[in-house]
Amino acid sequence: MAARSLQIPWGAWGLRLAAVGYIGAFVAVPVVVIIIQGFRGGLEAFVDALSSPAAVSAIVLTVWTSAIMTVINMVMGTITAFALVRYEFPGRDLLNTLVDLPFAVPTLVTGVMLVVLYGPQTFIGEFFDNLGLRIIFAPPGIVLALLFVGYPFVIRAVQPVLEVLDANQQEAARTLGASEWTIFRRIIFPVIRPAIIAGGLLSFARSLGEFGAIIIVSGNIPMRSQTATVYLYAQVEAGNLQAASAVSLVLVVIAVMTTLAIDRSGVRRRG
Amino acid sequence: MVRERPRSLLPLVIVGIAVGYALLLLIAPLVAIVQNALADGLQPVIDTLTEPNVVHALEITFAMTVGAVIINTVFGLITAWVLVRQRFLGKTILNTLVDIPFVFSPVIAGYALIVLFGRNGWLAPSLIPIVFALPGILLAKTFVSLPFVTREVGPVLETLEPEPEQAAYVIGASQWKTFRAIIFPEIWPGLLYGIVLTLARALGEFGAVAVVSGGIEGRTETATMFVFRALSDRNDAAAYSVSLLLGLIAVFVLVALRLVRRGMKSSHRKG
Repeated sequence: MAARSLQIPWGAWGLRLAAVGYIGAFVAVPVVVIIIQGFRGGLEAFVDALSSPAAVSAIVLTVWTSAIMTVINMVMGTITAFALVRYEFPGRDLLNTLVDLPFAVPTLVTGVMLVVLYGPQTFIGEFFDNLGLRIIFAPPGIVLALLFVGYPFVIRAVQPVLEVLDANQQEAARTLGASEWTIFRRIIFPVIRPAIIAGGLLSFARSLGEFGAIIIVSGNIPMRSQTATVYLYAQVEAGNLQAASAVSLVLVVIAVMTTLAIDRSGVRRRG
Repeated sequence: MVRERPRSLLPLVIVGIAVGYALLLLIAPLVAIVQNALADGLQPVIDTLTEPNVVHALEITFAMTVGAVIINTVFGLITAWVLVRQRFLGKTILNTLVDIPFVFSPVIAGYALIVLFGRNGWLAPSLIPIVFALPGILLAKTFVSLPFVTREVGPVLETLEPEPEQAAYVIGASQWKTFRAIIFPEIWPGLLYGIVLTLARALGEFGAVAVVSGGIEGRTETATMFVFRALSDRNDAAAYSVSLLLGLIAVFVLVALRLVRRGMKSSHRKG
């Protein structure tokens, strides 16, 4: 086989060149452009652009709504993965298929669906409005949109680990009189923890960049419900490139750091 | 793993939470958009979808999506092959770069294209207009949907047994013939899965396209951008109609993914 590849070395080289050229042009170039553009006006201009109250508030809002989503997503995702792997119930197969729905629905349409259901003019929206809790055009709507978009990540990370879990250990613990909670805490949780964290981090990284769903549900009110990507979009549209570059760079750095953390957690991931 | 039917209290609670959460987060919004779009029957939806502007938006959405899928299928396959079968300097970096579009905000990707090809861009006087034109839309869609084919095909290539391939070489088959007859049938389901995910992601893209295309009505406006403009114009009925179509396509995508996954499982059982 080695001899054969030697016969046409340009074949292997051609493929390698094609792969490097493809990833280089489509991925490396945009990344480099954002980094250079971010520091183009010097460090001072970068700091200046980031110290505007609207920029700060947008980044802070993005990070805390994403963090809340991540915590809820890790808990609910683990419960859902557990139900799907452990129990047989009517609709299990349907639920397992539906988990991928957020991958298939355009995120803008996600936003439209959430406004149609939870908007202030709907029955549910009005109900919460009367309780003094506004969902749509406010931070809770942003968290809701991020929960929809991030739904599959934890489930799909935890599911395969639960599938191959050793049943004997749990059986032994049960025989020795351990409660279900003890079995979960002492035997199951330590094994699935890396997957929960990896799935959670991936959904966190994903939601930092989310735009389509948020621009519909957030109402885009500066200092109140404007997230970093929506702020970024507004700056690009207004031709305010210094601010756009600075916020882009911050988002890219947080996202790349999160990705590195996922890599270190050692769990194979998929989109 | 044998699944048990939930009989005692704890399993029932777990299944109840999982199903209830999915109903609230995924199903209810889907039902709401269908109900709202069809509030006055099917005729208004058909009227919207046959408007020249909408038809044009759908046409360029599908055309650019097909373009992105072709690019990412051909080069994604090559990249997966190179990453699994070859060793070279910088392979780790290439491997990391492939995942970047998962965590890079689409708005930032669009902004990078503006910086490069915009009016005062680094590569400004390019031969063909890219920003505010169709090539920009194609580039944006290609970027956001780039990782799927590589990430679905890679793991399958890794688990391939070397013997059938070596046997083919021994009896004198060419590399291309070996790929077609031995390798391709094995990776086909994974490739198809990746293609469907690429298609869904490219079709529904909004943020990157919104920044780069300018959304010129009847010229560079895609389906998701039409929805966004219709909402801004308070033309809710039109927005819901196109959302309904995109949601319907998403459900088809889910069914396709389910069928491909089932095919994968049965082919594994054979082997």
